[in-house]
Amino acid sequence: MSAAATNELLAYVTGIGVRGPGLADWPQTEAVLSDRQPYQRADTLLSAPDTLPPTERRRTGRVVRLAFAIGLEAARQSDTDPARLPVVFASSGGDGDNCHEICQTLASANRALSPTRFHNSVHNAPAGYWSIAAHTQVPSTTVCAYDASFAAGLLEALTQIAVHGATTALIAYDLDYPPPLRAARTVPAAFGMALVLHASPQPRALAQLRVCLDSGAADGIGHAELEALRAAIPAAQGLVLLEAIAKRQTRSVNIAYLEPQTLRVEVIPCA
Amino acid sequence: MNPLFLTRFTATCCLGAGLQPLGAALAGTRSGLAPCRFEDVALDTWIGAVAGIEEQPLPQAWRPFECRNNRLAYLGLGQDGFTAAVAACISRVGAHRVGLFIGTSTSGILQTELAYRRRDPSSGALPADFHYAGTHNTFSAAAFIRQLLGIQGPAAVVSTACSSSAKAFGAAQRMIELGIIDAAVVGGVDSLCLTTLYGFHSLQLTARQPCRPFAAERDGISIGEAAAFVLLEKSAPRAGGSAIALLGVGESNDGYHLSAPHPEGLGARLAMESALGAAGLGAAEVGYVNLHGTGTASNDSAECAAVTRVFGTAMPCSSTKGATGHTLGAAGALEAVICALALRDQLLPGGANTDQVDPALRLNYITSSQAGSFTHAVSNSFGFGGTNCSLAFGRLS
Repeated sequence: MSAAATNELLAYVTGIGVRGPGLADWPQTEAVLSDRQPYQRADTLLSAPDTLPPTERRRTGRVVRLAFAIGLEAARQSDTDPARLPVVFASSGGDGDNCHEICQTLASANRALSPTRFHNSVHNAPAGYWSIAAHTQVPSTTVCAYDASFAAGLLEALTQIAVHGATTALIAYDLDYPPPLRAARTVPAAFGMALVLHASPQPRALAQLRVCLDSGAADGIGHAELEALRAAIPAAQGLVLLEAIAKRQTRSVNIAYLEPQTLRVEVIPCA
Repeated sequence: MNPLFLTRFTATCCLGAGLQPLGAALAGTRSGLAPCRFEDVALDTWIGAVAGIEEQPLPQAWRPFECRNNRLAYLGLGQDGFTAAVAACISRVGAHRVGLFIGTSTSGILQTELAYRRRDPSSGALPADFHYAGTHNTFSAAAFIRQLLGIQGPAAVVSTACSSSAKAFGAAQRMIELGIIDAAVVGGVDSLCLTTLYGFHSLQLTARQPCRPFAAERDGISIGEAAAFVLLEKSAPRAGGSAIALLGVGESNDGYHLSAPHPEGLGARLAMESALGAAGLGAAEVGYVNLHGTGTASNDSAECAAVTRVFGTAMPCSSTKGATGHTLGAAGALEAVICALALRDQLLPGGANTDQVDPALRLNYITSSQAGSFTHAVSNSFGFGGTNCSLAFGRLS
């Protein structure tokens, strides 16, 4: 196991995927975070995943499209075959669009649900579609910790890497809820980010992460508009890692976790 | 992996609150299922409802968490000295050295389903008394239990449909193995709601009679609800005698279909083999398999194929869902507790409601509970999305 006596967890990042409002992919996000490109707010663009068979593709909503887009971008950048990649999916709210439709139907005179709506309602629907698309039996999991879902997912991925040694992806995503749930859970936009993480140094690594439990306040990022996203969307908490990687800066940052704990991450860019 | 001891465990389901009624019903091969009278649901099916939840609101201090799922968690935590055992563990190792890993599929969604009936007629807004974070959100049970028990270590909800609370053991085991925590509360809480009742009905998977896993005439599942908890620790309880330990966790995916199992049970077989591998156990050392055994035609035949590939046709096995119903995200933890009881009491639990095993399913299915002599048991939990998890338990002296 690669945890030191201090319970420090290590990983090397070889692939990053991002989708968000005005953030089309990781190269563009990297340019915005490093102040090489201005940020222009726009709706999060999501297309149907090309790796799914057509019957499954038709059944996917925004949440599956978001998880696939970031996961595939990260896997392709790291040149990792999704069929050999255990994945930790992390989401605070899952598929709010589908949930709204189900609740609306159940409150109506005719409660008959669509079977597809029902099987899409499970929190692990993106994980299920992902393993079908990848034709794989390697395990995945799906976790939630409300506002701390990104940190919980990162911790789960790092402990899997430390125990099992396998290259593992974290796919963290959140959708905005439609009304009326939007008033009760004010996630403003769809955002997701994925990381492919390795146990050992890699020639193509972008950064090393050294992670341990700590306490204190969560750190923000310098870019005002993206900081607003980070503060408002659970999955966007990870932008603080991406900013350090984009700026090629060695930095120790605190990510919000469950009070009184935070995750302290030392980001050490490679090359 | 290193063994982790179940230093305290408890379960509450339609058979009653705590281990005593559960153990008695299992010993007598009795079912707790009854015709569906839940809310105003008009479906011709049987369910496993926990009695009295409607009349037991949470204490005033916990009102932000008020929903059926958290009421069930509260009732479950109050049994078998579980809360006191966690408090004692916290005082030994420190609150930040205890983790919390809960499995649930639908959390407190019933609260939202009911709130959607009370939307403002003009604005469409939900009623002001609707609290999303403490009820609807997938994490709500863990947020509630964390505060209730005073746990300050890492916590997460694993939500992978019907394998959720089995996989929660894996998350806890890894953190303990790495020394991040010394102990963990692992559990499952899932409660009746309209989404699952009408949803499984839409897939024509709800049985019209009490579910009959592995019977030739099986016609689907009976949905149940449960709260089951285990205190998992590195060291054995100080009292002498035998102790029950988690020895192996095995996880896999089918990669086949979102709501139907792989026909030959490929992923299920990999999960069982992986759990045995982690435990360092040979298949012949296992004396009982608690099947996922939901009672649908395809699930049971796929699981039969997988189990017989791993264990042969003579391995004593049964599904306890005829007694408890399918408690979905809580099933992994509930059946972990049932395996612990079976090992402790040396009982091979019979599968209630299944009189005649489907002759096409050639395995040693126990239809009536009987005394056994065995040291190891395996529990299977599989779910939508093709997610599989098997747990291996042992009785160590």
